[in-house]
Amino acid sequence: MLPLNAKITQITEESPAVRTFFFDPRFEDLEPGQFVMVWIRGVDEIPMGLSRNNSITVQNVGEATSKLFELKEGDSFGLRGPFGKGFTLPVKGDKILIIAGGVGAAPLSPYAEAAFAAGAEVHTILGARSAGDLLFEGRFEALGNIYVSTDDGSKGVKGFVTDVLKGLDVAAYDRIAVCGPEIMMSSVFRLLEERKALEKAEFSLHRYFKCGIGVCGACCIDQSGLRVCKDGPVFSGVQLIGSELGKYSRDASGRRVKI
Amino acid sequence: MYTLTGLKLKNPTILAAGVLGTTGASLCRVAREGGAGAVVTKSIGPAPKTGHSNPSMVRLDCGFLNAMGLPNPSYPGFLQELVFAKKNSSVPVIASIFGGNPAEFAEVAEGLLPSNPDAFELNVSCPHAEGYGAAVGSNPCLVEAVTAAVKDVVNVPVWVKLTPNVADITSIGTAAESGGADAVVAINTVKGMVIDIESGYPVLGNRSGGLSGKAVKPVAVKCVYDLYTALEIPVIGVGGVSSWEDAVEMMMAGAAAVQVGSAVYDRVDIFSEIGAGIETFLERKGYSNIKKIIGLAHEMV
Repeated sequence: MLPLNAKITQITEESPAVRTFFFDPRFEDLEPGQFVMVWIRGVDEIPMGLSRNNSITVQNVGEATSKLFELKEGDSFGLRGPFGKGFTLPVKGDKILIIAGGVGAAPLSPYAEAAFAAGAEVHTILGARSAGDLLFEGRFEALGNIYVSTDDGSKGVKGFVTDVLKGLDVAAYDRIAVCGPEIMMSSVFRLLEERKALEKAEFSLHRYFKCGIGVCGACCIDQSGLRVCKDGPVFSGVQLIGSELGKYSRDASGRRVKI
Repeated sequence: MYTLTGLKLKNPTILAAGVLGTTGASLCRVAREGGAGAVVTKSIGPAPKTGHSNPSMVRLDCGFLNAMGLPNPSYPGFLQELVFAKKNSSVPVIASIFGGNPAEFAEVAEGLLPSNPDAFELNVSCPHAEGYGAAVGSNPCLVEAVTAAVKDVVNVPVWVKLTPNVADITSIGTAAESGGADAVVAINTVKGMVIDIESGYPVLGNRSGGLSGKAVKPVAVKCVYDLYTALEIPVIGVGGVSSWEDAVEMMMAGAAAVQVGSAVYDRVDIFSEIGAGIETFLERKGYSNIKKIIGLAHEMV
């Protein structure tokens, strides 16, 4: 499919470096956790998790995102997707734990809302550098218990999401969904591995994407060779045992880069 | 077992270069889970390259258009991937390589030799990398020189992958054969372009690229047909093969084996499906072995 023309209907500043871009059209059949390829014409095309079925939430980190930040309401960008495999939805009566760090809260927010709508009890651990960087706190809070951690202690527990997780009874949850910086995810992975909870856990990975549609192989992870863009980006904890998670990734040329 | 330029293949389907071939683990997955008879790596060159900016591949109604721009970690960076693939794939692993001249090709081939690839495939056909690929592969003298240079430094089979974006593909195939090629592979992608009419921008980051998939199959069949007539060495058919019927057709045109690329979009296990389909077809039609259908169309006059 060629890129759709997505028209920006609204821009919300979530924090100084993070903005949500609402767009038209809307993806009615979004599986929360899926991503889109966002084409900033003349610059680059980058993968982004959907924070709603009609929004992306973007941290300004590079050339493409800076160009995106220059766009105004009424402007447009190209959009392909949604692609990949999302998080597994719980069933009525399940108890789920969301573990979100930084902009990792973006793809987890529609998941938390879909899980709540399906009749699950939704608890969230939301972490960020400081109080001002906490993303979608209100959206998670509206669904159930929320535990907050900040690196600088400006809100909630001073420390990381794992510091909160250590104090929770993991066995009480039917599903655990994780997304955030890789170092955070690998700490969560190790903790859940120790507690033998990987089977019910899912992690959303990010890797350099080239084609984005499962053909080129640039985003394959070791040792399985699974494609993050098509077999993921959401993987079960079991699929990631012995993987490169937290150790290294590959850059655009395919060279290994330490995490 | 099929024998192709001395390599033993469990079936005549091979993963095409540039597809799921960036990592050793991915190549192994295509071999084991996918059922490929052999796998070809991503094209590896003398220095690391990040490739073109995205979008680098889009799906069209009639196929796929891509311009990756030969991203690769260079031969020193790729050695560990090739070692992993050789150790764990249990099928022949063919190293696809590129360079801008005969000396660079020889340097990359020699550089990868410690990982013992089963053969080399020379990329003289990528349509969208300045100074490489088709820039080399549309010049018969250069193709012969590049082939000879690699043959000089390796003692495994050398395949040469050809571009259809030339006036006469057989003259390029003949040059490869004169240079000592053990087989030719035809075809690489056909030059193409798509434009986003909302904005006027060409969609690919590189503006234009190469077309693969369904649309190019008849082009590939004709190229294979002509090369089969012109050359003594085997022709490996590639371009739009996504079913066993496509594979059989390619073989009847003269392909000794087929490569499959874009069709992994639909499913990674396409290789075992094509392999099994060919076997069933041979049985149903009463052909004692696959050689009976290779080049069959040439006899039907």
